Amino acid sequence: MIGLSLAYLRDRGLNTALNILLLALSVASLVILLLFSSQLENRFDRDAQGVDMVVGAKGSPLQLILSSVYHVDIPTGNVPLETVDLLRRQLGVAEAIPLALGDSFRSFRIVGTEPAYPALLGASLADGRMFAAKMEAVIGADVAARTGANLGQRFVGGHGMSSGEDGPRHEETPFIVVGRLQPTGTVIDRLILTRVDSVWEVHGIERPDAHHDDESEAEHEAHAGAAEVTAVLVRFGSPIAAVRLPGFINRQTNLQAAVPAVEVSRLLALVGVGLDAVRAFAVLLMLTAGLSIFVALLTALKEREGDMAMLRVIGASRAAIIGQVASEGLILASAGAALGLLLGHGVIGMAAASIEQLRALGLNALAFHPGEALIVAAALGIGLIAALIPALRVLKTDIAETLANAR
Amino acid sequence: MSNPDTLTNSKTAQGPLVEARGLSHERDGRTVMAIGDWQLQPGAHALLLGPSGSGKTTFINIVTGLLTPSHGAISVAGEVMSALPPVARDGLRRRTIGLVFQTLRLIPALSVTDNLALAQQLALGHVDRAAIAGMIDRVGLSHRAAARPRQLSQGEGQRAAIARALITRPRLVVADEPTSALDDANAARMIDLMFDVADATGATLLVATHDGRIAPRFANRLNLMAPVAA
Ligand SMILES: Nc1ncnc2c1ncn2[C@@H]1O[C@H](COP(=O)(O)OP(=O)(O)O)[C@@H](O)[C@H]1O
Ligand SMILES: [Mg+2]
Repeated sequence: MIGLSLAYLRDRGLNTALNILLLALSVASLVILLLFSSQLENRFDRDAQGVDMVVGAKGSPLQLILSSVYHVDIPTGNVPLETVDLLRRQLGVAEAIPLALGDSFRSFRIVGTEPAYPALLGASLADGRMFAAKMEAVIGADVAARTGANLGQRFVGGHGMSSGEDGPRHEETPFIVVGRLQPTGTVIDRLILTRVDSVWEVHGIERPDAHHDDESEAEHEAHAGAAEVTAVLVRFGSPIAAVRLPGFINRQTNLQAAVPAVEVSRLLALVGVGLDAVRAFAVLLMLTAGLSIFVALLTALKEREGDMAMLRVIGASRAAIIGQVASEGLILASAGAALGLLLGHGVIGMAAASIEQLRALGLNALAFHPGEALIVAAALGIGLIAALIPALRVLKTDIAETLANAR
Repeated sequence: MSNPDTLTNSKTAQGPLVEARGLSHERDGRTVMAIGDWQLQPGAHALLLGPSGSGKTTFINIVTGLLTPSHGAISVAGEVMSALPPVARDGLRRRTIGLVFQTLRLIPALSVTDNLALAQQLALGHVDRAAIAGMIDRVGLSHRAAARPRQLSQGEGQRAAIARALITRPRLVVADEPTSALDDANAARMIDLMFDVADATGATLLVATHDGRIAPRFANRLNLMAPVAA
């Protein structure tokens, strides 16, 4: 009887293909949304762990968070190094970690900081040791894997942080890899960590009037010069500080304080409205697919009423007839669901492969989410219901009558 | 009015294949079929001849267990079809009766071979490819075995339908108006083929028709009268 179902499906091949495609598209959109939003939120949470507040130059708070916590946007500018000590002296501040940004190596950002930074993100050494002297660097797991850099490897940073081609190289001041970090699944996997004054060293040798033509104004300003850092990550020791400090800094100083949790939830709310709309659309698409399968099976079974009656007369049981029609719906639904899963993960994979920012955010096509089982179950359920309604209708008809009337 | 018990007692290989006892059927208080007592002996191919509306299809439906007669009883291969519950009727029909429909009713999505295989699977629970090839050869369709029903000519379609009815090796083959829509030549060929295949497989034919052209071919005839106008 399964063979018969396949034969019927093949017999109206175009209709079958369209229904499978329709269902696959809806499953794919739901899977993409699910993977995208869950992986993004997950990543946002992990990258921001332990960072209660970020202090940097005035500008967009979201930009400050994106550039210093997630390392995806360009920084808002620089702040004096004294800011770090100033913050450390504040009551309720448990930790203040400076970040000096501006250079990159093969599109991996070089971050001038302190060993407290990898510690904050829970990164431990895979081999080698933590950077200690000037120009020593510790590289994240992705950096190590993609560049193949071993301990002792020397490299020169390129000016600028945009992906793709590096800017002019700082040939005179090479870094040396002294340690490699274990994979953490956070942004630190894609960073090259060194001392803050290593970043200064690179630029101290550079003549102040040496302008880079391909550099945007913001990028130039953001470039960490001597005795400046790009941002300071702050961890609070008491909740009082969380209430008092951000407002104080924003009002009383020409610095900007931004809270990752606030900015991220604002961003997700913004993106979330869009995602909700797309999700509603995808659910609608799935219902449409279900309806389309229902109509296809209903018309097919109407044409086949005579066949069905004949099959009953030559020995098919009621259960066999229901099973045959149900399997037709289920085969359609499984094919649609399987294709949809493939398509969904494929699109995520392609997006991660072709859009650097998405890969940087840790979009992973090979990760599965438990929610996908629910999506597949919904697709199968819709296929089954779409098949059973017309099947039960067929069974209610009088066989002798149908045989007499149906052509 | 006959006692079903006397019918079950005649359950022997030599007994009648179909036996009607006091059989008639009423619809809306009107008698639409009245046959009374009648027997079909194995091998004695029978023609049920009568004008349109004389109750032929009604009788066929009673024989195949799709309809319960309002009076009398019918037994098939020694079992009282009309006294069985629906599931048992399905089983008796599946085991003993092959059907040829006027509109053939081959499954359009399946090849000739697969149509036969499906019938075999449903009736016997297994598929015997060699038997199918042999049957297709017997009805002269070997060159069309892989064709879909809609690719067949009318004559080829009839051959396929007969092959399907007989592939399950039924003792009784029932055909309702198998020739009514055919021209003389095709009608004659259809009957030839049915006799040929039935004799080869040991099946007995019960053909219902209003088609007088094929009447001379049957020695065993049961004539039904046109219903009396109400
Ligand atoms: N489903 C039905 N409902 C009412 N009357 C029917 C039905 N089927 C058949 N009849 C009546 O029963 C009579 C016999 O019909 P049928 O057995 O089909 O005759 P035949 O096959 O010899 O043409 C006819 O008068 C027909 O009108
Ligand atoms: Mg009739």
